[in-house]
Amino acid sequence: MSEASPAKAYALHLGVIALLFLLSFLLPDYYHGLLARIMVLAVFAMGYNMLFGYVGLLSLGHAMFFGAGLYGAGLAVIQLGWSVPLAFLSGIACGAVLALVIGLLALRTTGVAFMIVTMMFAQVFYLVILYFSSWTGGDQGMVVPQPARVLTFGATALDLTNPTVRYMTALALFSIVLLITLGIVRSRHGRVLVAIRENEERTKMLGYDTFSNKLAAVVVSGTICAASGAAYALLFGYVGSSFASVQYSILPLLWVLLGGAATTLGPLIGTLFMYYVIDLSSGYTSAYLLIVGIALILLVLFFPKGILGSIRQRWLGWLP
Amino acid sequence: MHFGPHLLLAALEGLVTSAVLALTALGLSLVFGVMRVVNVAHGEFFMLGAVLAWAISTAISGHPALGFLAALVIAPLIVGAIALVAERLVLRRLNYNPEATIVATIGMLYIIQQLALTFYGPEARPVEPPFSYRILLPWFGYSGYKLSIIAASALLLIATWLVLTRTKIGLIMRATQYDSETAQAFGIPVDRVYGGVFALGAMLAAIAAVLIVPISQAHYLMGQDPLLLSFIVVIIGGLGSLRGTVVAAVLIGLSDGIISMFFSPTLAKIVATLLVAMVLVFRPQGLFGTASR
Repeated sequence: MSEASPAKAYALHLGVIALLFLLSFLLPDYYHGLLARIMVLAVFAMGYNMLFGYVGLLSLGHAMFFGAGLYGAGLAVIQLGWSVPLAFLSGIACGAVLALVIGLLALRTTGVAFMIVTMMFAQVFYLVILYFSSWTGGDQGMVVPQPARVLTFGATALDLTNPTVRYMTALALFSIVLLITLGIVRSRHGRVLVAIRENEERTKMLGYDTFSNKLAAVVVSGTICAASGAAYALLFGYVGSSFASVQYSILPLLWVLLGGAATTLGPLIGTLFMYYVIDLSSGYTSAYLLIVGIALILLVLFFPKGILGSIRQRWLGWLP
Repeated sequence: MHFGPHLLLAALEGLVTSAVLALTALGLSLVFGVMRVVNVAHGEFFMLGAVLAWAISTAISGHPALGFLAALVIAPLIVGAIALVAERLVLRRLNYNPEATIVATIGMLYIIQQLALTFYGPEARPVEPPFSYRILLPWFGYSGYKLSIIAASALLLIATWLVLTRTKIGLIMRATQYDSETAQAFGIPVDRVYGGVFALGAMLAAIAAVLIVPISQAHYLMGQDPLLLSFIVVIIGGLGSLRGTVVAAVLIGLSDGIISMFFSPTLAKIVATLLVAMVLVFRPQGLFGTASR
């Protein structure tokens, strides 16, 4: 990360956002819908990347933050009848509070223990969803009805089930989170996080409070993931316990590894790439787990820096 | 039934769970202890054992005991061989880096699960128990086969303990666990020890699965629960401690059996998982030994 070109970095990110905006008018229907979904899930991956990429903490429990957003928003709309913006905020708030509590507890451990602890908390969260099945619909999940997914500002109504509105909302969320991430990464706090990843003891010796910096990172990461979950519930209208299962803790790890950990655009590229690989291969075989598994092993063996990480290493040193 | 017999039945069921869990967790604990590798695919080796047991016992006709005994010998050997190949091809090339091996074993989990689904199918299939003798207690009859699982597990645990403490192989394994670099300097082939331990861990899981499959059917998703429970047992019992593993397995198995019988199984799992997570949060060093990785 060289100091020379903050303008170049911002130009690149704004360019990506502009490209995604243009694609909305060019893509055929099927890919239009797919890309909206990918952008929402890329937000999930960006949240994961905050913690895994920049702080180097491997969590296997991020499905719980995604799930907190998903259920925080979904239950607010379905069971309490809240409006869309309120439900979205409630999803984010659930994720932030959960992340604070989990962060305070789990950050007492490091390394492998951190991974196991986060996995266990996520498993508890998943089981709790199943246990309160009269509220949450258990493993059947719940469908958010179409009338509940309309935003009204005075006279104008935005219907989130309309493909164009849905795409633009997803793009708006994606852009905001992307710019926030870029800001955090380039800030003083972001540098401290990378320092903690590289050598926690030395960072502590330099006088930084590593615990509160890590806690802040967990909360930011959890909140971004919850925002993705809340958006998923409201945009795609389905709230299900499978999104809180271990598999959804592993998928963001895969996306981030593939795109490049500790790069701001890596999560988008990883999510996009993996979705298309699965989409294309599912035309030939139903064995998509096999592809995920082989991809994970090959990545960790031969390509530990991911697509964007390798590009940065070889050619573009200024990528944030 | 009254409370007493009910409790006895719950305890017996719990002990059967404990017996299988102790074997599975021992495999995980050995791999974790000696190699410092968290094997997320451990549950899938368990599942492979069960699926192979079904395949072998259906291929052999005649008395069910014949097929079962063949499965008990052949299935763990196949699973061990698969684990050995996976260790050579993947884990060794990663230099046993803790985080990279976690990702890699997650990959193995998906591959094994998908292959099982493709070649075995989504159905749950039963294996006939080798004998079906019921032991009559004053209140109810109890499956003799289930009691023999407990006995078999106890025998295997004692055998493992003897190997670890009384033989040269055990000494080499303990030396590698204690300090692999010094062990290497003294001429111990650490690479081969790692390969052997990984295969042994997988074989223990496979044996446990063959033992349980006559009472719980083989299914391609059956590896998830044993994986999580084994993690719990390994953490409570302490790293690489055989006695701790057995005690923790009995504790978890019994409480799981009793809570699931009197309350809901989901609630039992929630409470157990949360408790263990808390134990790990507040006493990580005491339960992991000297270092956490």
